[in-house]
Amino acid sequence: MTITKGLSFALVGLWLFVAAFPFAWTFWGSFKVQSDFFSKANWMYAIWGTNTINETGDAFTGNGYYGAWVIQSFWKNFLNSGIVVFFTVIISLTFGTLGGYALARSGFRYAFWILMAALVFRAMPHITLVSGYLLPFFEWNIWGHLPTTIIVLVAMNQPFTLWMLHSFFLNIPKDMDESAMVDGCTRFQAFRYVIVPVMWPGVITTGLFSFLLAYNDFTVTAMLLSEENETIIPAINSFLGTTQVEGKVMYAVAAVVSVTAPLLLLILFFQRQIVSGLTAGAVKG
Amino acid sequence: MKHRTFFWFILPTLTAMILFIALPIVSAFVQSLFVQHEQVLVVSKSCGPFGCNETTSIDLEATEKLRQGEPLGKFNGLGTYLNRSHLAFSEVGKAWANSETLTDFWDEVLNLPFYGALTFTLTYTAVVTPIVLILGLAIAIGVNGLPNLMKGPSIFVSLLPFLVTPLVGSLILFWMVDGDGIIGATIQLVFNDPNLSLKASTALTWTMLIVYGIWHTLPFSFIVFYAGLQTVPFDTLEAAQIDGATKWQRIIYVVVPHLVPLISFVTLMLLMDNFRVFEPIVSFSAEAHARSLSWIIFNDLRESGNPLYGSAGATSMLTIIGVAFLLTPVLLRTWRDFKLKGH
Repeated sequence: MTITKGLSFALVGLWLFVAAFPFAWTFWGSFKVQSDFFSKANWMYAIWGTNTINETGDAFTGNGYYGAWVIQSFWKNFLNSGIVVFFTVIISLTFGTLGGYALARSGFRYAFWILMAALVFRAMPHITLVSGYLLPFFEWNIWGHLPTTIIVLVAMNQPFTLWMLHSFFLNIPKDMDESAMVDGCTRFQAFRYVIVPVMWPGVITTGLFSFLLAYNDFTVTAMLLSEENETIIPAINSFLGTTQVEGKVMYAVAAVVSVTAPLLLLILFFQRQIVSGLTAGAVKG
Repeated sequence: MKHRTFFWFILPTLTAMILFIALPIVSAFVQSLFVQHEQVLVVSKSCGPFGCNETTSIDLEATEKLRQGEPLGKFNGLGTYLNRSHLAFSEVGKAWANSETLTDFWDEVLNLPFYGALTFTLTYTAVVTPIVLILGLAIAIGVNGLPNLMKGPSIFVSLLPFLVTPLVGSLILFWMVDGDGIIGATIQLVFNDPNLSLKASTALTWTMLIVYGIWHTLPFSFIVFYAGLQTVPFDTLEAAQIDGATKWQRIIYVVVPHLVPLISFVTLMLLMDNFRVFEPIVSFSAEAHARSLSWIIFNDLRESGNPLYGSAGATSMLTIIGVAFLLTPVLLRTWRDFKLKGH
């Protein structure tokens, strides 16, 4: 054990603490009352729940969750998010597999240009695109509806999906579909019967990231959805405005924890795929 | 693949990207050339026994009609680009003429909305990106040296700050550093100043946002580098060790050169994502001291009841030009590689 090794362990330890502590703290605090979680007097209150016991008679309270899910009807936003996420993932994967496959199998120059254009599109800040949508969407009366948001999110997802699936399809040997075509399949049949059965690992990895994009989106959903169609992330932002005034910050805290919990499960089950997805683009660079 | 087949395969994705990414850019550009209509004013004269009174009022009906007829507004050419909220050439010129020292000049320029936002966005990008690269590499090397049993859990813990959406992640941190939160209250106690707030000064606000940015993006660079470390050829490392290279020398001369392609990939991703920094400003309600380009566009569009499409469009165009500058080196390099491969 040298000094360098000790230092590097210390750094890793420090990072892991910094990464995990805020979540642990907020999770624990979400079962307390506001005067404990935001305790000026003594931060130990948040751990033992001193005021929570005084106010509710128990060290843990579900008031924040009740307020968020029942009083503020957070379940509606969750439902909206479910719809948006489900359709965004399905549609962007369908478009993306077809396009990614074509790009991986075409050696023509325009395939390269499409990939470059996708890279440029990937770099566009989403809010600049939103500023282009608003006026036309208002004029055509399609603003505020879930399908509009879904198709916009699908489009924003495409550059990333294309890149990822393109590099994934490059790893599937060309011989497989080409021999199917020698046997008399059309290109689409070769894709359907030879490629589709073996593409699922790549599709699942890409799907995870499409899921994250749709689930986590704030910019698009905040600007393009009307109040009754709001998804979870803009909902948290908007009841931050209203609840802060009424001294009900704990509702927002509970909502934040509720939103983070599914992500934790996602990492638990798909850690390997997420890691391979993060690095997939890098390897092909 | 035949052109025809290729076309049908690529059609859905290309249509989606053209309709909802390429055309909106055009639409934002067109909007930036127009300004919203001014309200129609009517002057009515009412005469009574004590003389005549002129009252000015807004003709709501006529204003509404005008807006309905030409929703884009009035043509303004490049006027919006040159006004005070954007490039503000005349204000900058005036500041140059009037200010004695360079610092004065900078202070005045930074008070202009566009330059203020540009400065914050660039500072944020320029500070967060290198720190995240270096720390990410250091942590990746550290985790790589951990016993196997601890590697998985370390990655598990690290992923959360990256995968959680910026709005929620920054809220979680904000509640901790806020005056009543655990860190905020501790800082007040340490400095014995019950009114100390991280939101009170520009420097502290920027630091807070930058710390958040590092916290949020560090996992990405760490994990990519960690994956890259698994592919470092063991033979080369061993050879270097036999030749007497210290651990430090092995990192500098073997590991880092092996990771160069990954480093440029991570840098590109970080630059793109940091340049669009936006949500943390909303969560931290930091807009009094820190505004990014994305935030001022958002703010123009949010202008209740009367969104400033022209202004938002102009800022969007300027932002896109900024993105183009960031991307040019990468695109040029990829193009060279592509030509070298001999297509």
